[in-house]
Amino acid sequence: MHSLKAITPLGGTCPQIDHFDGLLISENSDRALASIAARQGREAECSAAVQSILGLKLPQPAKWSIGGAYMAWWMGPDLWMVDADHTDHELLAVNVKRAVGSVGSVAEQTDGWCRFDVSGARVLDVFERLCNLNLRAGEAGDAHRASIEHLGCFVLCLEAGAKYAVIGPRSSAGALHHALLTTAQSVI
Amino acid sequence: MIINHPILGPRDAQEFTYLGDAALIDRPDWQADNAAEAFHDYLYLRDNPAGEHRELWFHEQGDRSWLVVTRNTVTHDILNVELARDVARARGRRK
Repeated sequence: MHSLKAITPLGGTCPQIDHFDGLLISENSDRALASIAARQGREAECSAAVQSILGLKLPQPAKWSIGGAYMAWWMGPDLWMVDADHTDHELLAVNVKRAVGSVGSVAEQTDGWCRFDVSGARVLDVFERLCNLNLRAGEAGDAHRASIEHLGCFVLCLEAGAKYAVIGPRSSAGALHHALLTTAQSVI
Repeated sequence: MIINHPILGPRDAQEFTYLGDAALIDRPDWQADNAAEAFHDYLYLRDNPAGEHRELWFHEQGDRSWLVVTRNTVTHDILNVELARDVARARGRRK
Protein backbone atom coordinates (compact mmCIF):
# COMPACT_ATOMS: atom_id res chain seq x y z
CA MET A 1 0.00 0.00 0.00
CA HIS A 2 1.15 3.48 -0.77
CA SER A 3 1.25 5.81 2.17
CA LEU A 4 0.37 9.14 0.57
CA LYS A 5 0.01 12.31 2.55
CA ALA A 6 -2.39 14.95 1.29
CA ILE A 7 -0.94 18.44 1.12
CA THR A 8 -2.63 21.79 0.74
CA PRO A 9 -2.02 24.07 -2.29
CA LEU A 10 0.67 25.87 -0.27
CA GLY A 11 2.36 22.55 0.40
CA GLY A 12 1.55 22.20 4.09
CA THR A 13 -0.13 19.33 5.88
CA CYS A 14 -2.69 21.73 7.34
CA PRO A 15 -4.09 24.99 5.93
CA GLN A 16 -2.02 28.11 6.44
CA ILE A 17 -3.55 30.91 8.52
CA ASP A 18 -2.09 34.42 8.67
CA HIS A 19 -3.23 36.97 11.25
CA PHE A 20 -2.94 40.72 10.90
CA ASP A 21 -4.48 43.51 12.92
CA GLY A 22 -8.01 43.57 11.47
CA LEU A 23 -7.38 40.90 8.85
CA LEU A 24 -7.37 37.12 8.69
CA ILE A 25 -6.13 35.22 5.63
CA SER A 26 -6.92 31.54 5.81
CA GLU A 27 -6.19 28.90 3.22
CA ASN A 28 -9.33 26.85 2.60
CA SER A 29 -8.49 23.40 1.26
CA ASP A 30 -11.79 21.70 2.05
CA ARG A 31 -13.84 22.63 -1.02
CA ALA A 32 -14.72 20.30 -3.91
CA LEU A 33 -15.21 22.03 -7.27
CA ALA A 34 -16.77 21.05 -10.58
CA SER A 35 -17.63 23.24 -13.55
CA ILE A 36 -20.82 23.03 -15.59
CA ALA A 37 -21.01 24.32 -19.16
CA ALA A 38 -24.53 24.22 -20.57
CA ARG A 39 -24.63 22.69 -24.06
CA GLN A 40 -25.65 25.04 -26.84
CA GLY A 41 -29.43 25.23 -27.14
CA ARG A 42 -29.92 23.24 -23.91
CA GLU A 43 -29.25 26.08 -21.45
CA ALA A 44 -32.73 26.12 -19.87
CA GLU A 45 -32.78 22.33 -19.48
CA CYS A 46 -29.37 22.41 -17.84
CA SER A 47 -30.41 25.01 -15.26
CA ALA A 48 -33.66 23.12 -14.61
CA ALA A 49 -31.81 19.82 -14.08
CA VAL A 50 -29.40 21.36 -11.59
CA GLN A 51 -32.27 22.99 -9.72
CA SER A 52 -34.46 19.90 -9.54
CA ILE A 53 -31.77 17.31 -8.74
CA LEU A 54 -29.20 19.28 -6.73
CA GLY A 55 -31.63 21.89 -5.34
CA LEU A 56 -29.38 24.67 -6.57
CA LYS A 57 -30.54 27.64 -8.62
CA LEU A 58 -27.65 28.54 -10.93
CA PRO A 59 -26.76 32.22 -10.41
CA GLN A 60 -27.06 35.19 -12.73
CA PRO A 61 -23.94 36.80 -14.24
CA ALA A 62 -21.39 38.07 -11.70
CA LYS A 63 -23.27 36.40 -8.80
CA TRP A 64 -23.02 33.31 -6.61
CA SER A 65 -25.89 31.33 -5.16
CA ILE A 66 -26.37 28.64 -2.56
CA GLY A 67 -28.76 25.71 -2.41
CA GLY A 68 -28.58 23.01 0.27
CA ALA A 69 -25.05 21.60 0.42
CA TYR A 70 -24.06 23.21 -2.88
CA MET A 71 -22.89 26.63 -3.89
CA ALA A 72 -22.24 27.90 -7.41
CA TRP A 73 -20.76 30.99 -8.99
CA TRP A 74 -21.07 32.36 -12.50
CA MET A 75 -17.84 32.10 -14.50
CA GLY A 76 -18.98 33.13 -17.97
CA PRO A 77 -21.92 32.86 -20.36
CA ASP A 78 -23.61 29.48 -19.64
CA LEU A 79 -20.68 28.44 -17.46
CA TRP A 80 -20.69 27.95 -13.69
CA MET A 81 -18.50 26.51 -10.95
CA VAL A 82 -20.21 24.31 -8.37
CA ASP A 83 -18.64 24.14 -4.91
CA ALA A 84 -19.35 21.82 -1.99
CA ASP A 85 -17.69 20.53 1.15
CA HIS A 86 -14.87 18.21 0.04
CA THR A 87 -15.20 15.72 2.87
CA ASP A 88 -18.88 15.10 2.08
CA HIS A 89 -18.69 15.54 -1.71
CA GLU A 90 -15.42 14.08 -2.89
CA LEU A 91 -17.20 12.78 -6.01
CA LEU A 92 -18.85 16.13 -6.75
CA ALA A 93 -18.12 16.08 -10.50
CA VAL A 94 -19.62 12.59 -10.87
CA ASN A 95 -22.77 13.63 -9.03
CA VAL A 96 -23.15 16.85 -10.99
CA LYS A 97 -22.68 14.97 -14.26
CA ARG A 98 -25.39 12.51 -13.21
CA ALA A 99 -27.67 15.47 -12.57
CA VAL A 100 -27.14 17.27 -15.88
CA GLY A 101 -26.68 14.24 -18.16
CA SER A 102 -26.36 15.22 -21.81
CA VAL A 103 -27.46 18.85 -21.43
CA GLY A 104 -24.22 20.02 -19.82
CA SER A 105 -20.49 19.35 -19.82
CA VAL A 106 -18.96 18.81 -16.40
CA ALA A 107 -15.28 18.99 -15.50
CA GLU A 108 -13.65 18.08 -12.20
CA GLN A 109 -11.90 21.27 -10.97
CA THR A 110 -11.01 20.55 -7.33
CA ASP A 111 -7.26 20.26 -7.77
CA GLY A 112 -7.00 23.11 -10.26
CA TRP A 113 -7.63 25.86 -7.73
CA CYS A 114 -6.59 27.19 -4.37
CA ARG A 115 -8.79 29.24 -2.11
CA PHE A 116 -8.06 31.86 0.50
CA ASP A 117 -10.77 33.27 2.75
CA VAL A 118 -9.95 36.87 3.63
CA SER A 119 -11.91 38.54 6.40
CA GLY A 120 -11.75 41.38 8.87
CA ALA A 121 -12.29 45.10 9.18
CA ARG A 122 -9.38 45.99 6.84
CA VAL A 123 -10.38 43.66 4.04
CA LEU A 124 -11.51 46.39 1.62
CA ASP A 125 -8.28 48.36 2.15
CA VAL A 126 -6.36 45.27 1.09
CA PHE A 127 -8.49 44.42 -1.95
CA GLU A 128 -8.42 47.95 -3.33
CA ARG A 129 -4.66 47.52 -3.70
CA LEU A 130 -4.86 43.93 -4.95
CA CYS A 131 -7.28 44.25 -7.86
CA ASN A 132 -9.36 46.77 -9.78
CA LEU A 133 -12.76 45.48 -8.65
CA ASN A 134 -14.94 48.07 -6.97
CA LEU A 135 -15.78 45.89 -3.98
CA ARG A 136 -16.95 48.86 -1.89
CA ALA A 137 -19.87 49.24 -4.30
CA GLY A 138 -20.62 45.51 -4.22
CA GLU A 139 -22.86 43.39 -2.04
CA ALA A 140 -22.93 39.87 -0.62
CA GLY A 141 -23.61 37.46 -3.48
CA ASP A 142 -21.27 39.11 -5.99
CA ALA A 143 -18.80 36.88 -7.84
CA HIS A 144 -16.21 38.48 -10.10
CA ARG A 145 -13.12 37.38 -11.89
CA ALA A 146 -10.23 39.78 -11.73
CA SER A 147 -6.51 39.94 -12.21
CA ILE A 148 -4.60 39.63 -8.93
CA GLU A 149 -0.79 39.50 -9.22
CA HIS A 150 -1.32 38.78 -12.97
CA LEU A 151 -3.40 35.71 -12.04
CA GLY A 152 -7.03 35.32 -13.08
CA CYS A 153 -8.76 34.89 -9.72
CA PHE A 154 -12.38 34.69 -8.67
CA VAL A 155 -13.37 37.01 -5.85
CA LEU A 156 -16.60 36.06 -4.07
CA CYS A 157 -18.23 38.52 -1.69
CA LEU A 158 -19.44 36.41 1.26
CA GLU A 159 -20.19 39.34 3.59
CA ALA A 160 -20.01 42.83 2.15
CA GLY A 161 -17.01 44.70 3.53
CA ALA A 162 -16.14 41.85 5.88
CA LYS A 163 -15.50 38.49 4.25
CA TYR A 164 -14.32 37.52 0.77
CA ALA A 165 -13.06 34.34 -0.87
CA VAL A 166 -10.25 34.45 -3.43
CA ILE A 167 -10.00 31.44 -5.71
CA GLY A 168 -6.92 31.31 -7.90
CA PRO A 169 -4.91 28.79 -9.90
CA ARG A 170 -3.45 26.13 -7.60
CA SER A 171 -0.11 26.00 -9.39
CA SER A 172 0.37 29.67 -8.47
CA ALA A 173 -0.91 29.34 -4.90
CA GLY A 174 2.43 30.50 -3.49
CA ALA A 175 2.48 33.63 -5.67
CA LEU A 176 -1.12 34.47 -4.80
CA HIS A 177 -0.48 33.94 -1.08
CA HIS A 178 2.63 36.13 -1.33
CA ALA A 179 0.57 38.87 -3.01
CA LEU A 180 -2.04 38.70 -0.24
CA LEU A 181 0.61 38.86 2.49
CA THR A 182 2.65 41.68 0.97
CA THR A 183 -0.47 43.74 0.32
CA ALA A 184 -1.68 43.15 3.87
CA GLN A 185 1.75 44.13 5.23
CA SER A 186 1.81 47.33 3.20
CA VAL A 187 -1.69 48.33 4.28
CA ILE A 188 -1.66 47.31 7.95
CA MET B 1 -9.49 52.70 -21.70
CA ILE B 2 -12.76 51.22 -20.47
CA ILE B 3 -14.66 48.54 -22.40
CA ASN B 4 -18.35 48.37 -21.61
CA HIS B 5 -18.84 44.59 -21.43
CA PRO B 6 -22.38 43.64 -22.57
CA ILE B 7 -22.89 41.38 -19.52
CA LEU B 8 -20.57 42.74 -16.84
CA GLY B 9 -20.62 46.47 -17.51
CA PRO B 10 -17.59 48.78 -17.66
CA ARG B 11 -14.29 46.92 -17.26
CA ASP B 12 -10.71 48.08 -17.54
CA ALA B 13 -9.00 47.36 -20.86
CA GLN B 14 -6.09 45.67 -19.03
CA GLU B 15 -8.38 42.67 -18.47
CA PHE B 16 -8.74 42.17 -22.23
CA THR B 17 -6.49 40.95 -25.01
CA TYR B 18 -6.83 41.97 -28.63
CA LEU B 19 -7.02 39.55 -31.53
CA GLY B 20 -7.76 41.60 -34.65
CA ASP B 21 -10.35 42.40 -37.27
CA ALA B 22 -13.81 40.98 -36.52
CA ALA B 23 -13.95 39.86 -40.15
CA LEU B 24 -12.12 36.75 -38.84
CA ILE B 25 -15.57 35.51 -37.80
CA ASP B 26 -16.41 35.04 -41.49
CA ARG B 27 -14.21 32.01 -42.11
CA PRO B 28 -14.45 30.85 -45.73
CA ASP B 29 -16.01 27.54 -46.71
CA TRP B 30 -13.09 25.10 -47.07
CA GLN B 31 -15.05 23.01 -49.57
CA ALA B 32 -15.78 25.88 -51.97
CA ASP B 33 -14.17 25.88 -55.43
CA ASN B 34 -12.24 29.07 -54.69
CA ALA B 35 -11.25 27.97 -51.17
CA ALA B 36 -7.50 28.51 -51.69
CA GLU B 37 -7.99 32.08 -52.87
CA ALA B 38 -10.61 32.81 -50.18
CA PHE B 39 -8.30 31.53 -47.43
CA HIS B 40 -5.40 33.58 -48.80
CA ASP B 41 -7.52 36.71 -48.51
CA TYR B 42 -8.92 35.64 -45.11
CA LEU B 43 -5.43 35.06 -43.75
CA TYR B 44 -3.42 37.93 -45.23
CA LEU B 45 -5.62 40.81 -46.36
CA ARG B 46 -6.79 43.32 -43.78
CA ASP B 47 -8.54 46.65 -44.01
CA ASN B 48 -6.78 49.35 -42.03
CA PRO B 49 -9.41 52.05 -41.68
CA ALA B 50 -8.89 55.47 -40.11
CA GLY B 51 -12.23 55.55 -38.36
CA GLU B 52 -14.69 52.90 -37.25
CA HIS B 53 -13.26 49.41 -36.97
CA ARG B 54 -14.86 46.20 -35.69
CA GLU B 55 -12.40 44.17 -33.65
CA LEU B 56 -12.28 40.90 -31.68
CA TRP B 57 -11.31 41.26 -28.04
CA PHE B 58 -11.01 38.47 -25.44
CA HIS B 59 -11.97 39.06 -21.81
CA GLU B 60 -9.05 36.98 -20.60
CA GLN B 61 -8.94 38.16 -16.98
CA GLY B 62 -12.72 38.17 -16.69
CA ASP B 63 -15.48 35.91 -17.95
CA ARG B 64 -13.34 34.76 -20.91
CA SER B 65 -15.92 35.71 -23.48
CA TRP B 66 -15.03 36.90 -26.97
CA LEU B 67 -16.36 40.34 -27.85
CA VAL B 68 -16.82 42.35 -31.02
CA VAL B 69 -15.78 45.90 -30.14
CA THR B 70 -16.54 48.72 -32.56
CA ARG B 71 -13.81 51.30 -32.03
CA ASN B 72 -12.87 54.51 -33.77
CA THR B 73 -9.17 54.12 -34.55
CA VAL B 74 -8.71 57.89 -34.79
CA THR B 75 -10.34 58.97 -31.53
CA HIS B 76 -10.18 55.59 -29.66
CA ASP B 77 -13.86 56.01 -28.84
CA ILE B 78 -15.58 52.69 -28.18
CA LEU B 79 -18.91 52.86 -29.94
CA ASN B 80 -20.42 49.42 -29.42
CA VAL B 81 -19.59 46.15 -27.67
CA GLU B 82 -21.32 42.85 -28.48
CA LEU B 83 -20.76 39.20 -27.55
CA ALA B 84 -18.93 37.65 -30.51
CA ARG B 85 -21.09 34.53 -30.29
CA ASP B 86 -24.22 36.64 -30.80
CA VAL B 87 -22.61 38.31 -33.81
CA ALA B 88 -21.52 34.96 -35.26
CA ARG B 89 -24.92 33.36 -34.76
CA ALA B 90 -26.63 36.38 -36.35
CA ARG B 91 -24.39 35.79 -39.36
CA GLY B 92 -25.52 32.19 -39.65
CA ARG B 93 -22.70 30.43 -37.79
CA ARG B 94 -23.81 27.44 -35.72
CA LYS B 95 -21.00 27.67 -33.15
